[in-house]
Amino acid sequence: MDTNFRSERKLSKGVVGLILAFWGLMTILPFLWMFLSSFKSNAEISQMTQNFLPQHWTLMNYKNLFVSGNFGVYLKNTLIITLASFVGLLFNAMAGYGFAKFKFKGKAFLFIAVLSTMMIPGQVTMIPVYLILNQLHLTNTLLGIILPGLVGAFAIFLFRQFMSNISDSIIEAARLDGASEWYIFWHIILPISKPVLAVQGILTFIGGWNAFLWPLIIANDQKYYTLSVGLQLLQGQHTTDYGLQMAGSSFMVIPIIIIFLIFQKYILQGFNVQAEK
Amino acid sequence: MGKSIRNRLMPYTFVLPALLLLFLFSLIPILIALVISFTGLDITGLGNWSTVKFVGMDNFVKLFHDSQFLQSIGNTLYYVVIGVPLVVLLSLTVAILINFGNNKFFSFLRLIFYTPSITNTVAVAVVWTYMYNPNMGLLNNMLGKIGLGPLQWLNDPATAKISLIILAVWKAIGLNMLIFLAALQGIPRSLYEAAELDGANWWEQTRHITLPSLRFSIFFVSVTTLIGWFQFFDEPFVMTKGGPLNSTNSVALFVYQNGFQNSNFGYAAAGSFIMFAAIIVATLIQFKIQKKQQGE
Repeated sequence: MDTNFRSERKLSKGVVGLILAFWGLMTILPFLWMFLSSFKSNAEISQMTQNFLPQHWTLMNYKNLFVSGNFGVYLKNTLIITLASFVGLLFNAMAGYGFAKFKFKGKAFLFIAVLSTMMIPGQVTMIPVYLILNQLHLTNTLLGIILPGLVGAFAIFLFRQFMSNISDSIIEAARLDGASEWYIFWHIILPISKPVLAVQGILTFIGGWNAFLWPLIIANDQKYYTLSVGLQLLQGQHTTDYGLQMAGSSFMVIPIIIIFLIFQKYILQGFNVQAEK
Repeated sequence: MGKSIRNRLMPYTFVLPALLLLFLFSLIPILIALVISFTGLDITGLGNWSTVKFVGMDNFVKLFHDSQFLQSIGNTLYYVVIGVPLVVLLSLTVAILINFGNNKFFSFLRLIFYTPSITNTVAVAVVWTYMYNPNMGLLNNMLGKIGLGPLQWLNDPATAKISLIILAVWKAIGLNMLIFLAALQGIPRSLYEAAELDGANWWEQTRHITLPSLRFSIFFVSVTTLIGWFQFFDEPFVMTKGGPLNSTNSVALFVYQNGFQNSNFGYAAAGSFIMFAAIIVATLIQFKIQKKQQGE
């Protein structure tokens, strides 16, 4: 009876594995197709029936991204925006610490105000934010692209959750030793908060790399375009040059997949933190 | 004395930078959007504020007579009604299946399913546009091999919405699967062991233990997914520009087109407020249903 049950279990596990393997293959198929097509020449892509693998591997498409596609400039802007978003990460951590470990007037009200911004859709704020930045003469500048998305309520919330669990006695002891509040934040709080910093750091990188809406609205000039806005422009200009488009897409997607694979442990843990609050 | 004031101000120095940015770019814009939705603000008004006229409810009245806007509301409801149940059902299914095993193979699959969630929407939209190409695309190529198709995918108003939904569901499964997995792993093993002793089969265990324990996660995923679909923007923007024949235009895209392509800021702001109101109402209804279920 017991062995029967066990072999039944093993069988159903095998069936489930098979279903998942097929479904998983379908899930990564677009990425495989993208990556392999990026090495095909345009002549090969235009054929009615094409193989999955390129017949003649070529790096032409990647070269064209930089020669005729301006991707060097987009890459530089994207890296600047990504780096700047780490300043936002610091602001989020500071705010999370402030809300977790200090008592001050209006704290409850301000924290609810912060949380309420999570409910506001981007499409409602995009026009007024454009008007504000226009008034500040920051439209069509990198600073204008960076500022609107720099801090986020959800990150502040997660930092506060984590930092609330840090014991008060550590902070009190440091204060008695004469440490300043900023010294405590930099040398005690941040090192303890490494797990949440790791998760948020990776998400910040991915968010900066993928930034689309604000660069699209704020940048009028190609010299301030990011990779995603540039890729969208490329698609509009070279509608049928799929090899070039796939090279552009691979250039955006592959680095993120590599970073994800390296740091997956932290990212997947991050959702445990969120699910348990 | 001086020191105590400094001590009292200290907390504010930690929260101030983030608060300033959030107020300037999230809360104040809501008020501005509300004010300009009652004005005829356009590109001339941007240069010279004195030309901006207060128009009362005109924008809202006009919106409900604008066939494009009404159609984009219809399309958005279509996205929500089809998309939300699909995302919840499929990500829950994947999570339950992956939870079957805990060896390397299953954790590798977890990575595979999560990958679409972290990749750039523009990049994957470009890839899917290529896959959907009726002549050269992978999908018709594969359908042809089994004697089906060719389908017009994005080029036919009848299938374009579905094509966008397939892509968005593919992208949404990973993140929600992780939320479900975390919840699944929180269910005590002993519940299943007891059920097994009572002779309950897998399906009975799923129905009476797994699903009830996941009630909160299902609610959470439904609400966040619903809000996301109401703001559906990137995919139609990159892949169809709202076409063909306006059949894929969403309210979010309508707001963008009117605001930034036609520079009718007042009109677009009014449209965005209608969207905001719809999101709030739909979320409140879901909270009501959740409360009712808990009361039972």
